[in-house]
Amino acid sequence: MPTQVLMPALSPTMEKGNLSKWVKQEGEKVKAGDVIAEIETDKATMEVEAVDEGTLGKILVPAGTADVAVNTPIAVIVADGEDASAAATPAQQNKAAQSAPPAAAPATAETPKAAPSAVANPPQPTAQPVPEFGDDAQEDVELVTMTVREALRDAMAEEMRRDPDIFVMGEEVAEYQGAYKVTQGLLQEFGASRVVDTPITEHGFAGLGVGAALAGLKPIVEFMTFNFAMQAIDQIINSAAKTLYMSGGQMGCSIVFRGPNGPAARVGAQHSQDYSAWYSHIPGLKVVAPYTAADAKGLLKSAIRDPNPVIFLENEILYGQSFQVPKVDDYVVPIGKARIARPGTDVTLVAWSMGMTYALKAAEQLAEQGIEAEVIDLRTLRPMDTETIVASVKKTGRCVVVEECWPQSGVASEIATRIMENAFDWLDAPVARVSGKDVPMPYAANLEKLALPTVDEVVQAARAVAYR
Amino acid sequence: MASQKKVAETPAPAATRPSILPIDASPVQELGREADLKAFRDMLLIRRFEEKSGQLYGMGLIGGFCHLYIGQEAVVVGMQLAMREGDQVITGYRDHGHMLACGMDPRGVMAELTGRRGGYSKGKGGSMHMFSREKHFYGGHGIVGAQVSLGTGLAFANKYRANGNVSLTYFGDGAANQGQVYESFNMAALWKLPVVYIIENNRYAMGTSVQRASAQVDLSKRGASFNIPGELVDGMDVRAVKAAADRVLEYCRSGEGPYILEMKTYRYRGHSMSDPAKYRTREEVEKVRVESDPIEQSRARILANGWADEEALKKMDAEVRKIVNEAAEFATYDPEPDASELYTDILR
Repeated sequence: MPTQVLMPALSPTMEKGNLSKWVKQEGEKVKAGDVIAEIETDKATMEVEAVDEGTLGKILVPAGTADVAVNTPIAVIVADGEDASAAATPAQQNKAAQSAPPAAAPATAETPKAAPSAVANPPQPTAQPVPEFGDDAQEDVELVTMTVREALRDAMAEEMRRDPDIFVMGEEVAEYQGAYKVTQGLLQEFGASRVVDTPITEHGFAGLGVGAALAGLKPIVEFMTFNFAMQAIDQIINSAAKTLYMSGGQMGCSIVFRGPNGPAARVGAQHSQDYSAWYSHIPGLKVVAPYTAADAKGLLKSAIRDPNPVIFLENEILYGQSFQVPKVDDYVVPIGKARIARPGTDVTLVAWSMGMTYALKAAEQLAEQGIEAEVIDLRTLRPMDTETIVASVKKTGRCVVVEECWPQSGVASEIATRIMENAFDWLDAPVARVSGKDVPMPYAANLEKLALPTVDEVVQAARAVAYR
Repeated sequence: MASQKKVAETPAPAATRPSILPIDASPVQELGREADLKAFRDMLLIRRFEEKSGQLYGMGLIGGFCHLYIGQEAVVVGMQLAMREGDQVITGYRDHGHMLACGMDPRGVMAELTGRRGGYSKGKGGSMHMFSREKHFYGGHGIVGAQVSLGTGLAFANKYRANGNVSLTYFGDGAANQGQVYESFNMAALWKLPVVYIIENNRYAMGTSVQRASAQVDLSKRGASFNIPGELVDGMDVRAVKAAADRVLEYCRSGEGPYILEMKTYRYRGHSMSDPAKYRTREEVEKVRVESDPIEQSRARILANGWADEEALKKMDAEVRKIVNEAAEFATYDPEPDASELYTDILR
């Protein structure tokens, strides 16, 4: 029975990759473990190994093919005496791809701590280039399509060119080019003194970064993920956030702590948590959580220039998504301003970061049902743009907040309180929230799906507050 | 051990010093008249300031936590004698002595203790949280061990800017068991950062003695696995501190990386003002006072060398008391911060 070799996933969030090279050719004998091909994504490269002994009967995807979807059959290995032409037809291949296990294991893990599995097709959004950009963008400005990852890198590079006091430090930011490739190319441009690989020592390097900031430098501290920043949270809160106040205004620190936050895909409870509420609780911090690439760029530039400590919450699943970004010399988005991502009159949906993917899709479905939702991309959690939320709620009389964090003491409960304090008389229904479920993140695909907010939950909540 | 390389030691007379512990301390070098008198006066200022702080605490003028430096004065004064303009100081919560040694105004420090608007932090920091950019004093930190990572960051900035300055990062024997201390040691050694780690070993972390808390009680060896050299210093003798500081600051300034100085010292007062004092005997405290007091050692030496007479020292004491009394007066009558200060200095 011929064995199909499927396009493997390098990470839980990979959807497609490039087939860069065939190491073995059609007709060559292969043993289990032999490298037969190389694939790459914008984040990493890996080798594809044969899992069975036999002959590489047929190459289905030629070398140099870009954007090969995960789980696409790329070759067939046949046992002695078998005929490669017995391989499945394309239609059957696709069917097989859905049930067949991936035929290769990653040779290089891209996130050492997260140890991603090669299990294909985790649940994830299918957003393709979204024609969204900040309302700060002027109409006549040229737009370029770029990923959130590229936008973040460009923001850092532009700021580092401008100010020699800015440096980046963190695990794998330099030679590895970033665990999630956000710092790609920075080492080559700025050198090892400004792009600093640290040991795995979050508490220590967070404190070291704050010390350097107290001395007047402007560090960008990358956490491989914010899950690991829990080890460093004392330095972030006690040293970075409080020192200006404790010194009577004498000694502040200009520092950015950034990295992916929130649930990733299939990485389990310790690697899948949303810290939005944790940091937004703290006076002395600014907390930013962009969704689009344009906001990622413009807000990161603002964060780096800000004289205060800024927590910059990114999202791993959004890194690879493309958006349109204004092509201007110095694209800056102010911290503390929300954005109306979609105007509407019937219900207000408030979200940020990954939550926006649920909110926007829900708004589309609601529109089909005759409910026009206004979607607010909060962008900054602290200081919170209460004004924009309240203005919208005064118009719609209803509000649903979408968040991936846990419900108790979450950001949604804060927003609900502010609406109650500022727009109680305009409310036609209680504020509703769609949060992550009140459980540690499970690993099993079905349970993980249940633990996260869904588009359907947002639609249901919006209909409930609209009494429809 | 081979990795524990000591920097070139200056030969010095093997002076016999009373010591609280039989330590193989680094050598003593005489300071000379001017420096010895300055050290005496600086130590006396800290002593009298702290005695006054204790009184004001008893009167209810100082609230919360108040950790006195009495007994440990030679450490910070000796280090300060060897520093140069631009070197930074950072420490934990037992910080009044460090601020005075840095040249911060006793009035501003005392007014911060009493929570008044003329305090260094406008009354918003308190005993454990004062700063002075002008005097290169970076706090004043209340979380045990946190200042070690911060001080290492100051050294990182020095190296980044190639300014030749050294970060003097102080912590106690208690903090020496915190994990982030070793995370910092690792990075400091890896990147050869100009930082002197000064462990003020006053023998008790609150009420727990070093022997009861530390598997390796020789804290100067705590950098061994990072190849950070370390040495023991008699922290009750300002001359020994100064001699070690001279050598080690030069070592750090020349780009060799971090260095550890373990200062054997002692605090006479409790950990804070509310200390049951059940963990050590009255006799132990008295013995150190009688045999090793840094100020009494200094006084005896000054008199023996004829650098000043009793009368001159009394006059100096009176001057110091006057400064401290004025500081206390200021701190007592300076108004509390305006209510509007509640919401200032959160962001800039």
